[in-house]
Amino acid sequence: MMSNIIKQLSIFVNNEPGRLAHISSVLKECNINMRAFNLAESTEFGILRAIVDNPDEAYDALKLKGIIAKKTDVIGVYLEDHPGALFMAADALGKANINIEYGYAYSYKDKAIFFIRVDDPVKAVEVIGKQGIKLVSDSEI
Amino acid sequence: MQLRLLKEKVAEMYEKSEFFHKRMDEAGVKPEDINSFEDFRRVPFMKKADLRDNYPDKLFVVSYDDLVRVHVSSGTTGKPTVVGYTQKDLDNWSEALARGMTSFGLSKKDMVQNMHGYGLFTGGLGVHYGAEKIGATVLPISTGNTSRQIQLMQDLPVTALAGTPSYYFHIADVCDQMGVDIRTATKVRKGIAGGEPWSESMRKKLEERTGIKTYNCYGASEFYGPMFLECEEQNGLHLWADLAYVEILDENDQPCKEGERGAIVITMLQKEAFPLIRYRIGDISAIDWTPCKCGRTHPRLMRISGRTDDMLVVRGVNVFPSQIESVIGEISWLSPFYHLTLTNENYMDNMLVEVELTEEALTEDMVKLNKMSNELSRRLKDVLNIKADVKLCLPGTLPRFEGKAVHVTDKRCYD
Repeated sequence: MMSNIIKQLSIFVNNEPGRLAHISSVLKECNINMRAFNLAESTEFGILRAIVDNPDEAYDALKLKGIIAKKTDVIGVYLEDHPGALFMAADALGKANINIEYGYAYSYKDKAIFFIRVDDPVKAVEVIGKQGIKLVSDSEI
Repeated sequence: MQLRLLKEKVAEMYEKSEFFHKRMDEAGVKPEDINSFEDFRRVPFMKKADLRDNYPDKLFVVSYDDLVRVHVSSGTTGKPTVVGYTQKDLDNWSEALARGMTSFGLSKKDMVQNMHGYGLFTGGLGVHYGAEKIGATVLPISTGNTSRQIQLMQDLPVTALAGTPSYYFHIADVCDQMGVDIRTATKVRKGIAGGEPWSESMRKKLEERTGIKTYNCYGASEFYGPMFLECEEQNGLHLWADLAYVEILDENDQPCKEGERGAIVITMLQKEAFPLIRYRIGDISAIDWTPCKCGRTHPRLMRISGRTDDMLVVRGVNVFPSQIESVIGEISWLSPFYHLTLTNENYMDNMLVEVELTEEALTEDMVKLNKMSNELSRRLKDVLNIKADVKLCLPGTLPRFEGKAVHVTDKRCYD
């Protein structure tokens, strides 16, 4: 079944030189393709947040290699390539009292896709849908 | 005289202390068996664990009516040690420090800025009463607020400081930042340094930097508090032979040869409320019996060179890895794997506690991670009384050990 809730992989990486190279080589070995990703770091360790073509398989593959990952629900919002597009989405979420924890965007053909982690993804899908804004479905990934 | 005091103390304790009586009976020793220092070695040891097991006051041999003060020191696994004092205990304690201060030239003409913490710790009040006993003027400023310390040092005729070695270095650093030259802006020329280990080369550096001649001080709340000081010769701590009998024992509990290093075992000869007989403090040192150049014949305890257990001294505070273990054990989202790293920048100690999160607790939520980190930090501070840096680690990333785990890396440099 198609869903607008997308499973993001949050891959935990120690803050030390060469760790990202190691993780990416494992992703390559496991034939995992990343559609979008973002690197974040806490004071403690780094987190590679990635939208991959097959999150469940990727999760298992990483686990076998001893790499810790967690699956996190995010949503992907198509933004038109013009000023104010982000405002429309963000404003709708704000008015619905949905909190955005983090997000990352990338250009996709003539649009942008904004992956966001919100505190209530189900409600966010509904709110964004009502605005007539298109959401990325998991089958598109 | 020491032997007479030893015999009297043992007889008195055998009569008054249930704990000591039982220990002596178990060892098959009666007070009348003790007629020489060699006989005295048959008396069983007291250990830190005994103090903990008898918390809070089961080792006191006087009633609360006769106590005029109690101090409380932090314990190894949560339980602290409570030490009671009669008026005579306080007098002897002050006497020990007064003698020490006199031995390096302090007098009623001096003003002592006491930068040791006041309160349950013994450092503050110990130095305070010792300095008052010699008629010196005491500035009871306690620890912290370094810029104020430096201000008052300049405004008042302070001639001597008392504090931990690392705090002296901190004072020196802040003086540099403030553009204050202790040599010209103050009258401070002497200092008492105690509460944590340091080296001779550190002392030289501090003296060169600040012009403050520093004298080592040694003690523990179990004794009374800080008690033994160096004289003007700066060559070992004079052990007041009428107040304490100190043995240095090897690994088989046999006396070390003169000058050889071993475990310090102390007997307090005139302590009333909370007597200590053959107490293993856990520090390692040696005794020099040769008369000191200053003319005093009291034996001299050399610099403390280590511990017989895993206790660490961090910023003057005793820290046992077991304390950290118990905090970690109480927190469900932490795994038992942890590591302590001690460093010192400008001789100011820093402690880093790295501990693994459990896999279930691991989260990508930064706010939650921050909260967890803060909670651990707070709980460690509650138990240790000092602040530790905390780092939450990914599951499986800290070193694993076969056999005895190494939990501590001490990178502190005292050169």
